[in-house]
Amino acid sequence: MNRASAATYDVESVRREFPVLRETVHGRPLVYLDSAASAQKPQAVIDAERYVYEHAYANIHRGVHHLSMVATEAYEKARETVQRFLGAADRREIVLLRGTTEAINLVAQSYGRKHVGVGDEILITALEHHSNIVPWQMLREEKSATLRVVPIDDDGVVDMAAFDRLLSSRTRIVSVAHVSNALGTVNPVRRMTELAHAAGAVVVVDGAQAAPHLAVDVRAIGCDFYAFSGHKLYGPSGIGALYGKAALLDAMPPWQGGGDMISSVSFEKTTWNDLPYKFEAGTPNIAGGIALGAAIEWVEGIGKDAIEAHEADLLRCGTEVLQSIPGLRIVGTAREKAGVLSFVLEGIHPHDVGTILDYEGIAVRTGHHCAQPVMTRFGIPATTRASLACFNTRGELDTLARGLRKVQEMFK
Amino acid sequence: MTDDLRELYQEVILDHSKRPRNFHGMPEATSSAVGHNPLCGDRVTVFVRVDGDVVRDVSFEGAGCSISTASASMMTDALKGKTTAEARALFERFHELVTADPSKSATPAAELGKLAVFAGVHEFPMRVKCASLAWHTVRAALEGGGRASTE
Repeated sequence: MNRASAATYDVESVRREFPVLRETVHGRPLVYLDSAASAQKPQAVIDAERYVYEHAYANIHRGVHHLSMVATEAYEKARETVQRFLGAADRREIVLLRGTTEAINLVAQSYGRKHVGVGDEILITALEHHSNIVPWQMLREEKSATLRVVPIDDDGVVDMAAFDRLLSSRTRIVSVAHVSNALGTVNPVRRMTELAHAAGAVVVVDGAQAAPHLAVDVRAIGCDFYAFSGHKLYGPSGIGALYGKAALLDAMPPWQGGGDMISSVSFEKTTWNDLPYKFEAGTPNIAGGIALGAAIEWVEGIGKDAIEAHEADLLRCGTEVLQSIPGLRIVGTAREKAGVLSFVLEGIHPHDVGTILDYEGIAVRTGHHCAQPVMTRFGIPATTRASLACFNTRGELDTLARGLRKVQEMFK
Repeated sequence: MTDDLRELYQEVILDHSKRPRNFHGMPEATSSAVGHNPLCGDRVTVFVRVDGDVVRDVSFEGAGCSISTASASMMTDALKGKTTAEARALFERFHELVTADPSKSATPAAELGKLAVFAGVHEFPMRVKCASLAWHTVRAALEGGGRASTE
């Protein structure tokens, strides 16, 4: 995280690996600042998925024929890559799923339905994405449980005193974002886990926004479950992973029934397959899983620390550049922040900002970012969000600032 | 600025978005409805005062982008004094204007009067819901009130 590592980072060579960055939009070079919604893909990932379909595709865990064995081996190698990436102890702790949303739903429906009863409590924070709110509301309705929400302050930082206070002997599950998608706040998930464990709750971490930006070590965090999506990590959409401690996963009932998740089936009795397959019913996104492994290897090749330092530099520069624009207010000003610049322009709706920026070739997200309670907390209907990736440059942030001045000119 | 953008953000639209007309609540309303665009979180409340078959007054409150605010503002101007049947017909024509290719549209833009400035919206599929939110909402209000959604 020092100036030297940001200066030696060769962003131009990173950019050359992303074919889409050669595109123009409305006659302008694409400035892609929407990676928090979904990141673009480097050639290595595109090639990996293509290679599977051209040379190594068949259904996995089934056939004795050559291609099935090749595909199975590649898919299981990707699982081990995910395991290493998250710092998990055991490959059995890595469940490959569609993404973060499915992972959280799995925990809510399997662990939650078994362990949460009438009057029990689930604790989340006020900065969560809808996918870390709604699955718990569904569980609450089913079990007549209580959903408690830890407030955030004006900077978008979780109130840790309130977090501690809201934990109780009735708290069964604590589910928190590692990084907020709408504000960029980095939560102290290690400390949160310690406090939650002291209260006897299990901890779920939504790592969708953290995995692309921060080094993740689930054993250092100590959390019980950790979820992330491939598509925000330069990998394909429709593939992601859930880490769960083996002892917990072992004791959990399967969520979906089907092929591959069983060891034997008769009409009288079916026995479940071993971990992690017990939670992987049906044919998965095979090529996507293999390409997720390629995405992680690509990220590791650039270097997670180098990416983190580069993005920290962009965040610092971007914050300065945006703050110099009169009438612009950054929403989410936590000291610990990653990857996201969310802001409002006085008197101008984010949708108008987004449409006009698009004509400058600049892709940003406008709206509530699937975090309506965050918008309500700040008393705004929506924000414009510029999100950062390993391939963004300082120059692109200057282009954004110029675009925003054009927007202001138009609406003055 | 490109022609498409100029077409979308015409002066009259910018003017209505900055100084919306009939932008207030209506205690004597005979009906009202709340419209919601789940995509962007925009909300609008439309109030109508219907006397017999005639829409005597229309107003709105809420927060939205320039397109949705201008659309609501110009809609309230356009609907005052219309019969409820005329209002529904105008909804249909407006919806056609913002969703259809004008070269294929059966409705000449001229029939829409000032509302024809919204023709540029059809080039921006993501913004059609912005332009039509108030119209969905007024239709709900005329049908007895309640909620409307662009979804």
